[in-house]
Amino acid sequence: MPTITLAQGLNEALRYCMQRDDRVVVMGEDVGKAGGVFRITDKLQQEFGEQRVIDTPLAESGIVGTGIGLAIYGFKPVCEMQFDGFTYPAFEQITSHLAKYRSRTMGKLPLSVVVRIPYGGGIGAVEHHSESLEAYFTHTAGLKVVTPSTPSDAFALLVDAIEDPDPVIFLEPKRRYWIREDVELPVTNGDRRKARIVREGTDVTILTYGPSVRTVEDAAEEAAKDGVACEVIDLRWLNPLDLETIMTSVKKTGRAVVVTEAPITGSFSAELAARIAEDDFLSLHAPVIRVGGYDIPYPPAKVEDLYLPDLDRVLDAVDAVLNY
Amino acid sequence: MKGFVDPGSVSTESVQVLKPDGTLVPDHGYDIDLKEEDLREIYRVMILTRRIDQESTNLQRQGELGVYTPALGQEGAQVGAAYALEPQDWIFPSYRELGFAMLRGVQPSHILHLFRGTWHGGLFDYREYCIAPYAVPIATQTLHAVGFATGAKIDGTNTVAITCFGDGATSEGDFHEACNFAGVWKTPVVFFCQNNQYAISVPLAKQTAAPTIAVKALGYGFPGVRVDGNDVLASYVVTREAVRRARRGEGPTLIEAVTYRRGPHSTADDPSRYRTDEELNTWEALDPIARFEKYLETEGVLTAEFKEQCDAEGREAASKLRKEIVGAGPLDPNLLFEHVYAERTPNLEEQFAQFKRDQEGQ
Repeated sequence: MPTITLAQGLNEALRYCMQRDDRVVVMGEDVGKAGGVFRITDKLQQEFGEQRVIDTPLAESGIVGTGIGLAIYGFKPVCEMQFDGFTYPAFEQITSHLAKYRSRTMGKLPLSVVVRIPYGGGIGAVEHHSESLEAYFTHTAGLKVVTPSTPSDAFALLVDAIEDPDPVIFLEPKRRYWIREDVELPVTNGDRRKARIVREGTDVTILTYGPSVRTVEDAAEEAAKDGVACEVIDLRWLNPLDLETIMTSVKKTGRAVVVTEAPITGSFSAELAARIAEDDFLSLHAPVIRVGGYDIPYPPAKVEDLYLPDLDRVLDAVDAVLNY
Repeated sequence: MKGFVDPGSVSTESVQVLKPDGTLVPDHGYDIDLKEEDLREIYRVMILTRRIDQESTNLQRQGELGVYTPALGQEGAQVGAAYALEPQDWIFPSYRELGFAMLRGVQPSHILHLFRGTWHGGLFDYREYCIAPYAVPIATQTLHAVGFATGAKIDGTNTVAITCFGDGATSEGDFHEACNFAGVWKTPVVFFCQNNQYAISVPLAKQTAAPTIAVKALGYGFPGVRVDGNDVLASYVVTREAVRRARRGEGPTLIEAVTYRRGPHSTADDPSRYRTDEELNTWEALDPIARFEKYLETEGVLTAEFKEQCDAEGREAASKLRKEIVGAGPLDPNLLFEHVYAERTPNLEEQFAQFKRDQEGQ
């Protein structure tokens, strides 16, 4: 079985979709000859030509806006934002049009568009290259939001996103681009619309996604040494959310911790905490505790480790819900 | 200084075919390839547009529409440009483009439902008429037109897209991105700017320091042209050339149709706060319909009988519009949950059930 990285999983997913459907086009800054700054679109232009792998001018609103036009025409564009922090110029096109077109045209002009965004910190980047945007998009009706944490999921979830009839914001955990997994492609097994139970446990449920999954896995391993059995859930899709898997676990453990990189105020972790409390308050033995970024601008690279949830902060939260 | 290019050297002349008095400009430089029936059709749609526009304003004043954005004074620019398109060419409008829709035969009430608050995108069939829903956020639709036309180009079809916007839109980033993308990709698209002198209250001079809007095209590597927007024939010939260029694979054109919004920006606006009666009178004297009418009469194309026929059609259409709008109830509220996604998500399913319980409780 070949070993691939998460980045290769994404690249293979694009190739797979472009081979199967000639309506799929890839567009963005440097996606052609360069193959993308993270090489996610590597060699696609060679294989599919300049008309299907489009090097766009440097303008994010233009990328998503023309992507919308292509979708109205009948193409299925996969738009790349080069970095999370450069997505903001496209925000109007995403929220005012991409998210709303199906509804405002009563389903007559649906937009099957994927916007890929490398997100999150941990790679020692300069400012504007380490942001977690998920809350903006989970807050916007009409968008779907998904984020993989493993190479096999990277492949399967991106194929699923491209084949989805609705606009999908596809968040790529950039500091995990190079993690490896033995994967037989194409990946077809399993219902990946469901959240993934990464590790089963009975004491605490830890909800997480994207780049934080690996951190939480390590923390759960550590907790196990102290006899604490954490159930780790990788959400995959933030919208639609698999609340069923979440609540089954929380009912079992009675305790939940949410771990994300995003600043916690107004975050998706706030949504999860609220949903759990609304859905089954009485099954909780402790309040839901969130571990996330502080409410400060994403810090400079030399001190970003102080910002990103790490093993100790996750374990502290686990202790807190256990000893409440 | 050596090497400095002076914007003052740009011509601010507009292409004109008909003088304000309705006589032909002798050396206008364009082939007028319109037969008598074409001229009558253009006239018919201009009359229809004005009548429906007026009725829409009336309907708003009577409380039947939440708001309306009158096109009064811009019928020449719009109908002339629209007539230069083939039926399969797509139009990406802003919210003041009634003339385009009237030429395509869209049922007026299907557009007006947007302003009544029935449904955001109106209720017409976009694919049947090849018109995208009205775009309210300024200039955003220009990018959609470029993307659509890019699709047509990739597919090797002969379809062209035109996008309509106002002078204010040329200050928005999306307009510049759209022009730039289209220039680089040589997209078969026409940028049709109706410079109606005001973005709500802000006059053109506070919108741009450029000598014309048309000249902006040069910065993106394609031609721009300024045209008298109250001259329907000039609007037609200039757009026809832009469309031909696009179809021949020569890329985009920016058209600046110089016109005037004689009504308010929207029915919620009071233009007396920012412009004078004298100015309005000047432009009323340049009315596009009166000018075209004089020309057609001189040419013997417009009989009293045909005029009456057009007026009668306008009256009937206005009365039909009124019937369809007045008292039209809201749509089934359950539709609000119907098209957010292809299928309702579990979360939305839950909220939909709650919504229905909430409605029953009332």
